[in-house]
Amino acid sequence: MTFFRNILIRLLTTAVTLFGVAVIVFVVIRVVPGNPIAMMLPPGATEADIARLQAQYGFDKSIFQQFVIWLGGVLQGDFGTSISTRQPVAGLVLSRLPATLELSIVALVMAVIMGGTMALLGTRYRDTKTEGAVDVTAGMALSIPDFLWGLVLILLFGVLWPVFHISGRISPALNIDFTTNFYLFEALVRLRFDVLADLISHMFMPALALAIPLAAIIAQLLKQSLKETMHLDYVTLARTKGYGENHVITREALPNAILPTLTLVGVQFTFLIGGTVIIERLFSYEGLGNMAIDAVINRDLPLIQGIVILFALLFTLVNLVVDMLYVVLNPRLRHA
Amino acid sequence: MSSYLTIKNLTVRLKNGAPILRAVSLDVAAGQVHGLVGESGAGKSMIGKAVLGTLPRALQVTSGEIWLDGVDLLSLPASERRRRIGATAALIPQDPLTALNPSKRIGPQITRRLVDILGWRKQDAEARALDLLGEVHIPDPARVMRSYPHELSGGMRQRILIASAFAAEPKLIIADEPTTALDVTVQKQILRLIGEMQARHNTALLFVTHDLGVVSKVCDTLSVLYAGKVVEEARMQRFFMRPIHPYSAALLAATPTYTNPDSSLTPVPQTVTDAVEREVREHDLRAGA
Repeated sequence: MTFFRNILIRLLTTAVTLFGVAVIVFVVIRVVPGNPIAMMLPPGATEADIARLQAQYGFDKSIFQQFVIWLGGVLQGDFGTSISTRQPVAGLVLSRLPATLELSIVALVMAVIMGGTMALLGTRYRDTKTEGAVDVTAGMALSIPDFLWGLVLILLFGVLWPVFHISGRISPALNIDFTTNFYLFEALVRLRFDVLADLISHMFMPALALAIPLAAIIAQLLKQSLKETMHLDYVTLARTKGYGENHVITREALPNAILPTLTLVGVQFTFLIGGTVIIERLFSYEGLGNMAIDAVINRDLPLIQGIVILFALLFTLVNLVVDMLYVVLNPRLRHA
Repeated sequence: MSSYLTIKNLTVRLKNGAPILRAVSLDVAAGQVHGLVGESGAGKSMIGKAVLGTLPRALQVTSGEIWLDGVDLLSLPASERRRRIGATAALIPQDPLTALNPSKRIGPQITRRLVDILGWRKQDAEARALDLLGEVHIPDPARVMRSYPHELSGGMRQRILIASAFAAEPKLIIADEPTTALDVTVQKQILRLIGEMQARHNTALLFVTHDLGVVSKVCDTLSVLYAGKVVEEARMQRFFMRPIHPYSAALLAATPTYTNPDSSLTPVPQTVTDAVEREVREHDLRAGA
């Protein structure tokens, strides 16, 4: 039962965190230069027009008053209306969230597969040229940031050898009548493999660009922990029982060596989600990040607030999931 | 009497050629307990590791034979050797706190290899594990099988490791300082238990220790090692009454006594160690020639 109590406590602290984020964002975007109203009006607008619009959007009130009004709406599920599109923020943001979630999760899966494979190879062939190759590859992958990998990939698979789509999330010509915006998930469930192939073709490069640096981190840390674990007594004991190297690495060492990596992946995954902002822009992928940049350019204050709150919520949820996984994987924490 | 373990002229070297074990020979028969004693660094643990195929990567066997239950292990291909060792030999490790996998329950840690390597049925393996846990005097074996290592005491874990070592009815058990990491009060019980289990299952036991007191309680024969060389091999009784090699005699004399607690500790005299070093060098010269 303590497990559930801990989760409850975490959810409460999440609420406090979100409130703090809301306050900071709300104040900062109103203090920095740039007037949303000025963006909306034609050059010849009169003082009266400006005052009228400001009153309409509530910008004539004090920041504190504006915050209270906004918070009152949020508590009822109303995040305000986007200034640039005149649509409710909640609907806009939620319609884009699936695209970003799918991109991030695909990137995470790619990173875990690539990084995990490298770590296992490096451990299996430790102290040989193969381990050296893993180290060099990981070092290189890590020293180049995700958006540069994006450009490299566009050059490789978009220009020199054009096999993947370089922009968008899905081909507009494709006939889809999906009920949700989780296209990838829904294509899988509905067995629409034509849509699936198109989505993957669009998603491959941005996801890979996000995945490469994370894969490198996983490769380095997991290999290090695995190599340390390989010296421990229970691994030696397993060898004397007749088990071979592959079994010893994957069954004896891995379940224990994976714990520090898991913690790090949790933290790094939130960075990866942050990275989607630039990467989505680079690949014109219609997700939250792309929308965030538009919102900032248009000084669309309600939309910026909505997006930032959603990102903050995602980050805290990722951390919660990682902590729960940690308890599941580590029996020593289960009764604590 | 048939020997379960026979080591002939086993030489182990560092990759750079420096010898760690120098032409070690020894013999352990069914039902016998053979002690391996020597100072830290004498190479006594390396003998056990060479037999079990767990030598550190920096070391390699350069010559000699290791016969385990009638098969020369070193003549077998690696995977075959590993399976052979798993089926006929077992290790009782030094530190019970680190020798059990912290993320697995006790049951599978005893039973899995019986199923995976030896092809037992799962139910048989579990019944066997329950029996053995009973034999090592663990109360409520069924509950212990479901426990994780961190839920059990050091003494309990060492009992589990002993039970696990006997699970596949091995011909040979290598106990590598099995009581060193334990509390003094627990040491005695564990020693008695190892002796009891060895006698019941009639295994050959190679007992690695630096503690002559322990050797005198459990062993039938022993080898004294210095710098990777066996300087004396003897039956227990003869050794304690009349050690032949001067190093053995000095080692015996260095054993602290309980009868006179005020006396200071007796070191092995420099003249003796110098003499053994000379002997070892001469051996190396002969081996090189």
